[in-house]
Amino acid sequence: MSDVRYTEEHEWVRLEGDIAVIGITDHAQEQLGDVVFVELPQVGTEVAKGGDAGVVESVKAASDIYAPVSGEIVEVNQALEDEPAKINQDAEGAAWFMKIKLSDTGELDGLMDDAAYKTFVEENS
Amino acid sequence: MTGADTDTLKQTPLHGLHVGLGGRMVPFAGYEMPVQYPAGIVAEHRQTRLNAGLFDVSHMGQAVLAGPNHDAICAAMERLVPGDIAGLARGRIRYTQFTNPQGGIIDDLMVTRPASEGDSGKLFLVVNASRKDIDYAWMRDNLPADIALEPVEDRALIAIQGPAAEAVLARHCPPASGLAFMSSVMADIAGIACQVSRCGYTGEDGFEISVPADQAQGLAETFLAEADVEPVGLGARDTLRLEAGLCLYGNDIDETTSPVEADLVWSIGKRRREAGGFIGEERILKEIAGGTVRRRAGLKPAGRAPAREGSEVQDKSGNEIGVVTSGGFGPTVEGPVAMGYVETASSAPGTPLDLIVRQKAVDAEVVKLPFVKPNYKR
Repeated sequence: MSDVRYTEEHEWVRLEGDIAVIGITDHAQEQLGDVVFVELPQVGTEVAKGGDAGVVESVKAASDIYAPVSGEIVEVNQALEDEPAKINQDAEGAAWFMKIKLSDTGELDGLMDDAAYKTFVEENS
Repeated sequence: MTGADTDTLKQTPLHGLHVGLGGRMVPFAGYEMPVQYPAGIVAEHRQTRLNAGLFDVSHMGQAVLAGPNHDAICAAMERLVPGDIAGLARGRIRYTQFTNPQGGIIDDLMVTRPASEGDSGKLFLVVNASRKDIDYAWMRDNLPADIALEPVEDRALIAIQGPAAEAVLARHCPPASGLAFMSSVMADIAGIACQVSRCGYTGEDGFEISVPADQAQGLAETFLAEADVEPVGLGARDTLRLEAGLCLYGNDIDETTSPVEADLVWSIGKRRREAGGFIGEERILKEIAGGTVRRRAGLKPAGRAPAREGSEVQDKSGNEIGVVTSGGFGPTVEGPVAMGYVETASSAPGTPLDLIVRQKAVDAEVVKLPFVKPNYKR
């Protein structure tokens, strides 16, 4: 899956045209443990790269979700708010968090590819 | 979660077992302890509510107080705690607190009067891991010279908690399976001499078993071989005790909170309330008679967002009236649960209030504790 990029905050970004689909990685869900709450951004809001774009909480703790790219939130995965456990079951598939219409496709270049992310996880665990 | 300096952490006699079971080890109260196993906190919590969970609580402080006779040891201990110790029958356990001169809580603990006549003049204590050094120093400074404190360093402590715990013990230790709640007996389990106590920290029926350290792993493996027992880590221990409305030292009680504020007056016997005679009695007896400004209460957030420790509590007019001291997700409740201190005027069950989570007010109400009906064996 060469079109998927990763951040150091353990998010994945998959490009579909000029829309970036965003979620947290399988490694992230495993580290979090049972996810019990998700707060997603409002559709229509503008987010800046690195800015707050939601919250994910496990039994143990709350973690912020940062926007990996800048742009407008065009869709959120509402089903996660009713069934947060989906994130533990399919973090890199059905349990995507949000879609952002990119304002600068160049921002993707700074993100890691699959191999680089794997190395990053190994070095930081 | 990673990168913590684990070099100075102590390990319990079950450390190797935890690692072998895939436990995720974290620093806790100076020990390297499993926060969860591969099953995860929610599954481990449900296992305990529905069947039985095995917990390593060897990090807690076990100690024996030895004095010339029962009357002397009770008189000495009753200076330090407001609980009725003299009234303990042989083999009975009491929950109480060490109180400081200001009426705050130094620690909460279990006190057992040994069942055997040969142990007359002794008390067995179990104190919190995070407080044991402070407790031991406090006792040495405040107990008379004829009372000896003997920390027990060569025994592990294993808890079996849940509705199946009695059946599990019945298979391995018939004399213990019939124990009454808050009672303790010396008994052999699989040929190992253990002290078995019917108590726990989950809101479920269960047992805490003090076992020689070098035989602890074998005993734990004997229990884990049972189909109805699974290992449970500290993560689920916390969600279980929170749903059960039980205090965690350092969160819900500390050196500034009195047992009255903490809603623990039930643990202060009638004789002690009338006669006093314990450190901190000035404030505690005054509060029992005249009430307190704040009080520990159950808090149920509406919706799904957990309100964590430290969240501000506001009345519906936006005035600060308290703080959340424990909060998270309750797997049996299937929603957020919390407890904290609120102004007494706002502490009645049903009182609506707000909890401030990420700068936003979350609707909540005061509820009667516990969140989950206790399943103790009476």
